[in-house]
Amino acid sequence: MIKAILIFNNHGKPRLIRFYQYFAEDMQQQIIRETFHLVSKRDDNVCNFLEGGSLIGGSDYKLIYRHYATLYFVFCVDSSESELGILDLIQVFVETLDKCFENVCELDLIFHMDKVHYILQEVVMGGMVLETNMNEIVAQVELQNRMEKSEVSDQ
Amino acid sequence: MALKIVKGSIDRMFDKNLQDLVRGIRNHKEDEAKYISTCIDEIKQELKQDNIAVKANAVCKLTYLQMLGYDVSWAAFNIVEVMSSSKFTYKRIGYLAASQCFHEGTDVIMLTTNQIRKDLSSPHQYDTGVALTGLSCFVTPDLARDLANDIMTLMSHTKPYIRKKAVLIMYKVFLKYPESLRPAFPRLKEKLEDPDPGVQSAAVNVICELARRNPKNYLSLAPLFFKLMTSSTNNWVLIKIIKLFGALTPLEPRLGKKLIEPLTNLIHSTSAMSLLYECVNTVIAVLISLSSGMPNHSASIQLCVQKLRILIEDSDQNLKYLGLLAMSKILKTHPKSVQSHKDLILQCLDDKDESIRLRALDLLYGMVSKKNLMEIVKKLMLHVDKAEGTTYRDELLTKIIDICSQSNYQYITNFEWYISILVELTRLEGTRHGHLIASQMLDVAIRVKAIRGFAVAQMATLLDNAHLLTGNTQRNGICEVLYAAAWICGEFSEHLEDPMQTLEAMLRPKVATLPGHIQAVYVQNAAKLFATVLRKHEGETDSHAAQETSQLLIDRLPLFVQSANLEVQERASCILQLVKYIQKLQQKKVEVAEEVTALFAGELNPVAPKAQKKVPVPEGLDLDAWINKPPSESESEDEKPKAVFAKEEPKHSRSRHTEVDEKELARRREARKREQANNPFYIKASPSSQKVYDAPGVEHIPVVQIDLSVPLKVPGMPMSDQYLKLEEERRQKEKAERKKEKKKKREKRGKERKADSGPESEEDIAPAHQVDIVTEEMPENALPSDDDDKDPNDPHKALDIDLDKPLADSEKLPVRTHRPEVLKSPAEDRVNESIPQETKKRSGKEKKEKKKGKEKDRKRSKEEKKKKKHKEVEEELLESHPEEAVQSEETKEAATPPTSTSAEEETAPSSAAAVDTSSAAAPESEPDEPKDAEPEDTKSSKHKKKKQKKEKEEKEKKKKKRHHHHHHHSNAGGEDSVQNGTVEEEEPLPPMSNYFLLAENSYIKMMKEDADQVYDIQGNHQDESKVVVSVIFENKSDSFLKSMEFNVLDSLNSKLQRPEGAGAHDSLTVPFQLPPGISNEAHFVFSVQSIVMPQKLKGTLTFIVKSDESSTHEKLDFKLHFTCTSYLITTPCYL
Repeated sequence: MIKAILIFNNHGKPRLIRFYQYFAEDMQQQIIRETFHLVSKRDDNVCNFLEGGSLIGGSDYKLIYRHYATLYFVFCVDSSESELGILDLIQVFVETLDKCFENVCELDLIFHMDKVHYILQEVVMGGMVLETNMNEIVAQVELQNRMEKSEVSDQ
Repeated sequence: MALKIVKGSIDRMFDKNLQDLVRGIRNHKEDEAKYISTCIDEIKQELKQDNIAVKANAVCKLTYLQMLGYDVSWAAFNIVEVMSSSKFTYKRIGYLAASQCFHEGTDVIMLTTNQIRKDLSSPHQYDTGVALTGLSCFVTPDLARDLANDIMTLMSHTKPYIRKKAVLIMYKVFLKYPESLRPAFPRLKEKLEDPDPGVQSAAVNVICELARRNPKNYLSLAPLFFKLMTSSTNNWVLIKIIKLFGALTPLEPRLGKKLIEPLTNLIHSTSAMSLLYECVNTVIAVLISLSSGMPNHSASIQLCVQKLRILIEDSDQNLKYLGLLAMSKILKTHPKSVQSHKDLILQCLDDKDESIRLRALDLLYGMVSKKNLMEIVKKLMLHVDKAEGTTYRDELLTKIIDICSQSNYQYITNFEWYISILVELTRLEGTRHGHLIASQMLDVAIRVKAIRGFAVAQMATLLDNAHLLTGNTQRNGICEVLYAAAWICGEFSEHLEDPMQTLEAMLRPKVATLPGHIQAVYVQNAAKLFATVLRKHEGETDSHAAQETSQLLIDRLPLFVQSANLEVQERASCILQLVKYIQKLQQKKVEVAEEVTALFAGELNPVAPKAQKKVPVPEGLDLDAWINKPPSESESEDEKPKAVFAKEEPKHSRSRHTEVDEKELARRREARKREQANNPFYIKASPSSQKVYDAPGVEHIPVVQIDLSVPLKVPGMPMSDQYLKLEEERRQKEKAERKKEKKKKREKRGKERKADSGPESEEDIAPAHQVDIVTEEMPENALPSDDDDKDPNDPHKALDIDLDKPLADSEKLPVRTHRPEVLKSPAEDRVNESIPQETKKRSGKEKKEKKKGKEKDRKRSKEEKKKKKHKEVEEELLESHPEEAVQSEETKEAATPPTSTSAEEETAPSSAAAVDTSSAAAPESEPDEPKDAEPEDTKSSKHKKKKQKKEKEEKEKKKKKRHHHHHHHSNAGGEDSVQNGTVEEEEPLPPMSNYFLLAENSYIKMMKEDADQVYDIQGNHQDESKVVVSVIFENKSDSFLKSMEFNVLDSLNSKLQRPEGAGAHDSLTVPFQLPPGISNEAHFVFSVQSIVMPQKLKGTLTFIVKSDESSTHEKLDFKLHFTCTSYLITTPCYL
């Protein structure tokens, strides 16, 4: 199970948060801060796994993250997920974003948080991996966007 | 229309959209909070508007603010509004917001059930998809129960997109509503073989999650998964399955054997590292679960280790990390195979990545042996020197100590070496672990007697060079070591070469800067040293030296007397006075050494922390016996004879207490022990007394006598030099020594092996066996129960459900009905206990069986009658009936038992009134028919009588009503079948499902029969319809209930039909009394003006509770609901 997905930038500003378990807002912010603190002090050439985010999970949970330019993509997962698998999944997610936004950059995520959520919803659902095939994800996202557009033109 | 659009767009022009909000926040960096609060005010305005587009926009912005940490739950209702928009665009916004901020505590969630259900069954797949996605984030137990059936249907949706989402969300539904697991499981299993790989993967995902927590229930799926594993090419699916097998193998070793081969093949063939890694992991799990000794094991292990080595050698840090992680799993069972890769692991200690270094350290911990301990620790010491940053260095330090001290110093062959290591570690800058080193020093010095001489010498040096440790204020942590050093020097001062010098070192003015507790130890041990010095010089004619020592103390101690620390002050002044007195004696040439030494005489023995618990209770002492009489019954439960000390028989065994279960016992025992351990006044047995009780279980008490004479007497070892040199030199030296020692040891070992006598080789000294601290005394049964205690909050506990049992009829997902009350099964269950219900149930069963054969059924009903002590004549009569008569009768018979029993057993039949209607229709030969008809007919007829007219039509109607009455218990739509007697059996419903709780208190329970809102819509003489409400009254108390009066506050539309002449507010008397535990049914007729108006009527039941001593008047309020639909549903079709 994936317990949480956090995207924040190099300064710890959240760009997308998605908890699959309920935390009150202040707790969520605290988790983001702590995770940022843990992740940001690591070099880029060290491994992408981190144990011991004490706020979230416990001994069974790991933080698996990737750092792209100005953004950190952090997944908090338990031991039923394959570490390397989740790393691949982050890659798939980012590539999907890249396709959907055409050369995605932090600004896209800042201004279109909702769209990023919609894309993520096609990848992970309720903490479980829904789809890993990028073409399938992109196709579904585009179909839904088209539907949205047709509704706008209906108006 | 056009105007509206224009208006809408104008509205929107003034609104900020999400982008504007984000931009605004970015432009107001200095007063962000203020800006956002104005934005929230705007959003609140927008939410008040009717335009859904505006609302959706506002909700979208709220979602963004939620991410920034703002609580937006106040807008939950607006979110629901947006969710229920018909437009996908808005719906999606609504569901997104809901999934971000709804949780089980959100109360508006219960408003969403129908909306979600609607969306789930929407013709547009994306509406369904969005609803599923949202639901997966905020599903509650109620939603899960209400929607389980809808979602299960979606699992067979035509679109794979929906199927996979429905499958995934089932996991959440199971968690929230565990009852759904069994009914839904067959379909879930089916989805494992779905043609769409996405759906298949989702199903595997869900089952893996389920199986991970309760693997044993899923063992039966192993063959299916095995098939999938060998056929699937989807790495995601493979990884999940392989992980699942890792969880299953410990339960079924045969599975493991089968797995090895395909897994090995995968390991060889796959190019995906993730898959390879999981394969290796599972192979390891298999190997762990299999009993060792199989020949081909070593090959598999070798393969794993080899592959892991490749991972560790990879330049990718992630692979390196995982390789080490997996390696540590192998280490637990096959340490030998890992040890050969020591070089690689040591290499990882140099890695720039801290996670990897820590992993490598973990591995080293398990890799040490007597042979390589020194070598490994030497490497680690090098790393300590090189390490940057105190955290990692501290980590290294604790690891070194852990590694050395593990299993009671099992791997240490030379304690002299270990002491030098500890001393070296004290040179660490700024470590926080001074106390750890100190406790190790104390432990070793106390427990390893033979090392004391060496230890004391080292400690004396340490004290001498204390300035090195304390010179820097940053090093505060390390001065803890001085505490140990001072104590060791004092306690074992007989080993000191030059106690005078040490004493001098301990009384330096600088000491006063140390923390108080350390000073206190200094002062106390200075006194011990003083005693030693005195004794040393006792025999000498020249008492100068001794007097000098006294003078030293008298000079220096006042410094400590002034200490702010009470402990230091107290000890110092006490000792100062003592020394002054001694000095006087010395001046008189009195020999005092012996007396002074006596102050500190006696050996301190180490006692295991848990030793106290192991002390057996002396014969005849019952610690649990009450000294005084127990205060009360309930409290005495707390204390009970226990079996801590095996054969101890409590003198006065209280047998009634034995029912307290083991867990509880263990818990109490544990609590008591904890209390004792923490209680300073609880006298702990002295070590010497332990020998007295030679009971089993005491021998492990660690009075360690380790005679470690061998290594210390290695000839040619310049021991004394060691602690005279400076730190740097010594380290060099020690290295050389260590090497030498090692050589020596090896030689020695070789010799000893041949000689097989003489002093034990270091290998065999192994203090471990004597200091067996670890194993005992978590009382055996306490541990598992502790684990259990952790679980109750784990939602997966509820999912520990046997899935292989065939589904019972009752196990169905709740299907949507107009009357969700049907779900209130607990209430039904309770009613079933009452007698009439039971019989009804029986009759229901009977009906089912009727399908099989009418003959059989007839016999059965006969039997029942026999039970009811009917005359045999009846049977004969019954059997002699012509076939068609039997036919029509049968329905009656089936219907008969309930009321007939209740009539016979509970209410004394006053059948006179009852004969009226039923006898006409019922065959004459049915002797129990009148009785059958009696109870409710009396009631209903009572009402009706008073309604002046008793036309035949009505009688017939009534009769039908009664039939209906009997039948709908098992068949809601049973009225039509009354006529022909066959149709009704086809769709049996669970019995009693029509009754639901109306009201209840401690005396009585009222159940309303739901489907019985039967009404004569065609009441031809009045212009109003009638509704008959059947109510079961159940006496729950031990008292007799009588004079029950039923009253309802009439509304304009619905009125309770009261006897003629009675006022509009008079109550109706319930025509029976209730003995304890009995229930009976009464009927009340309401006249209804309009059937298109739902009604809620308030009512009261008053009754007298009569017990032996007294009788009281009680009342119970209830509410009757008539929904419009209930007027319609069971309109009988008489043709």
